[in-house]
Amino acid sequence: MAENFLTETEHEPIAPPPAPPAAQPVLEVAHIAKQFPGVLALDDVSVAFYPGEVHAVVGENGAGKSTLMKVLAGAIRPDSGELRFDGRPVTFNHPAEAQQAGISIIYQEFNLLPERTVAENIFLGREPHRFGVIDYKQLEADTLAVLERLEAQDLISPTAQLGTLSVAQQQIVEIAKALSFDAKVLIMDEPTAALASQEVAVLTDLVRRLQAGGMAIIYISHRLVEVFDLAQRVTVLKDGQKVTTEMIGDLNMSRIVELMVGRVLSEYFPERARPEDIGEVVLRLRGASNDALHDIDLELRAGEIIGIAGLQGSGRTALAQAIFGVEPFETGTMEFAGRAELFATPSQAIRRRLGYVTEDRKYEGLALKQPINDNILLTLRTLQNKVSRVFRNGTRSDREMALELARRVDVRAPTMEREVRTLSGGNQQKVVLAKWLATDAKLLIFDEPTRGIDVEAKASIHERIRELARAGTAVLMISSELPEVIGMSDRILVMWDGAIIGELPAGASEAEIMHLATGQKEDTKYEIRDTSEERALDS
Amino acid sequence: MTALTPSAASPSVIDRARAWARARNIPPVYGILVIIFFVSILADLFFGIDNQLFIFNPTILTNILVRSVALGIVAVGQTFVVLGASIDLSVAYMISVTAVGASYLMAGDPNRVWWTVIVLFVVGAVVGLVNGTIITKLKVNPLIATLGVGLILKGLLNASFANFAGSVPISFQAFAYNAIGPLPISVLVLFAVVIAGWFLLRRTRYGAHLYAVGGSEETARLSGLHTDRILTIAHVICSMTAVLTGLFVVSRLRSGAPWVGTDGLYDLESIAATVIGGTALSGGKGGVWGTLAGVLIFSLLDTMFNQIGIDAYMKQILRGAVIILAVGFYTFRSKAEQG
Repeated sequence: MAENFLTETEHEPIAPPPAPPAAQPVLEVAHIAKQFPGVLALDDVSVAFYPGEVHAVVGENGAGKSTLMKVLAGAIRPDSGELRFDGRPVTFNHPAEAQQAGISIIYQEFNLLPERTVAENIFLGREPHRFGVIDYKQLEADTLAVLERLEAQDLISPTAQLGTLSVAQQQIVEIAKALSFDAKVLIMDEPTAALASQEVAVLTDLVRRLQAGGMAIIYISHRLVEVFDLAQRVTVLKDGQKVTTEMIGDLNMSRIVELMVGRVLSEYFPERARPEDIGEVVLRLRGASNDALHDIDLELRAGEIIGIAGLQGSGRTALAQAIFGVEPFETGTMEFAGRAELFATPSQAIRRRLGYVTEDRKYEGLALKQPINDNILLTLRTLQNKVSRVFRNGTRSDREMALELARRVDVRAPTMEREVRTLSGGNQQKVVLAKWLATDAKLLIFDEPTRGIDVEAKASIHERIRELARAGTAVLMISSELPEVIGMSDRILVMWDGAIIGELPAGASEAEIMHLATGQKEDTKYEIRDTSEERALDS
Repeated sequence: MTALTPSAASPSVIDRARAWARARNIPPVYGILVIIFFVSILADLFFGIDNQLFIFNPTILTNILVRSVALGIVAVGQTFVVLGASIDLSVAYMISVTAVGASYLMAGDPNRVWWTVIVLFVVGAVVGLVNGTIITKLKVNPLIATLGVGLILKGLLNASFANFAGSVPISFQAFAYNAIGPLPISVLVLFAVVIAGWFLLRRTRYGAHLYAVGGSEETARLSGLHTDRILTIAHVICSMTAVLTGLFVVSRLRSGAPWVGTDGLYDLESIAATVIGGTALSGGKGGVWGTLAGVLIFSLLDTMFNQIGIDAYMKQILRGAVIILAVGFYTFRSKAEQG
């Protein structure tokens, strides 16, 4: 089931009915405050977490969720307020102390060692040993026992090297690690951000099983569908303050979004392209193939946004990389802006005015330690690789241009000299956008443009993408979030097994897309809850 | 992504050898070692005097091993710090200090051997402790920290000694020149150090924790490991292997001079051998068996170059080229495997 963060769905618990709330909270914060230079990250926040309950914490980026989680996990000490565990006041000086006490956290970025085995990762620092010599037999047996508790013993071998596992398997290893501490409280920060939908199902099953075992689970997610699927209680944070804590039954999705943003979001997606917006064909592929892709036919016009849907590994990213010259096509033809060409390297593609906003903005899209300024002008400087350009670096016109672009995409930062790594995910993505805006691209490819970005920044990025299209840029947008594909695209292409399996018009339903994305052409139908209709009723 | 048709029905000899090695956790550098071994046979055949196969001469094989001892011991220590994502540039100076210190303190007297050795190991441990503390507590980049400590050692040494000072007694020279049966003592010591290094890294908690610190300091810290202590211990181990190398060098030379360590290029070559052996400079990946192969490659090349009479400067150029080729080959290979 794909997520849909703005849809109001009737909540049908597939889960076992929520366990009766225990009288005594296992973990409690009271009047917690934490000041960082320039921001009050947490302001008098009090929340109680109960055993056997999934408690979702939602809020925009910067609302204070991560700070609260770090306080709970012992990574940050609050300036004031009290932390109570099992009814007793506690202070943690180090995450390891919280972990020993029974509070485990799974961060968004995994804390695992790719070069080590599953067993070594799970019991790092707690290896069974005799005089410092590790008892590997015992270590493997212990690991197997933990994996069995998760019913994952057939999925993951204790001796497998972690780096060879899939993201979902690594996630399970993280959970196993948390479990091995006999955790009473498990904090999960965006656990599904990097998972494909069928993997999400495995994870939600796991969460339910842990909950049934009496664990308190604190679940942070931007995907509200998951929140409604899993949680019994929701806490909404905004600007460091607690807005409310309520039982899930007392809320609906649009209400949560309102509480998070502090206002009613009326228009979720910008208007689609009008016929007069659509121009010449910018990109034409005929029978284009390489190792990962076969027989791709595609036509993309100026002013048009094509959404590419498909499961992970269906060839979506491979397609983007082939067009952009990372892993070029080997056979077939490609025509770009009326000329037959095949880009052999990204720099060729950039020179011909093609831009690629990668899936992984932190490692591929940005120079994190460089200021906003230089990041925005990075591609432009590569393009104008002339002697005269050298003398323009850092000049006033340069700075003004960067500032202009930053304003256009609405980057929120105190100064342009701020290092990009200090910005929130949404603002980082806007910087990437500005960077490609600077090049006047004819075609922009977006790969997961809003992954891990909060609701408001999402809407802003959607708006910018549509603006670009309106200004005549052709856009190819890859996304795992079906509502985004549906809401943004003028046409939708669905990929499966390295090929384009079907094309759908604007406003197709999630069911239609999923149907194709799972490799079923027109012959068989299967049941899937159609949330797009419910959304239509909603608005 | 998609299943590709297998390239050939029957795997080639190389593929099979590769699978065999991988199943047994043998680092890929041994492949290069084997290749260079064959190349040196060819070199013997075509360029060698009277077309003799020197490489199969037991004296020459032993010689290759003995050549490996000095670099090999300290390279094992270097492997420890590199695994911890650190580096030690002070080892060459530490070797000089040990060599000069040993010949000066022993002054040819067999009775002074043991306590001199103990004193030098203590000095080594202190230097390692200083290196580790500067890196972990003052957060100085390891390159700069160990270079600074090395220069201080060099200054102290040059201020006190200008030339060969004293000598080691004949009995101590047994370390470099005597043999038990066919195997020189020094070679046995090298293997003992490698095996001890392997055991520490692969069988103990300390080893697992060092890999964790090198793999991701943050992950190690969040798992409750005392990362500073773990890395400092690696530096202590490294400096102590430098002391052992220094003792071997002085027992071979009879007397130590302030330049024996730096002239031997033990700092850069120990790092090169470690990296050729497959240990990642970024830490967390690799091991001492690979490093041993890296050291053997150097010795084998040296011996081969000597046999076919390549001059000293050309030798430097070829060594440099081999380092670059070997490391480039790894990067290329690991990319190909990912793709």
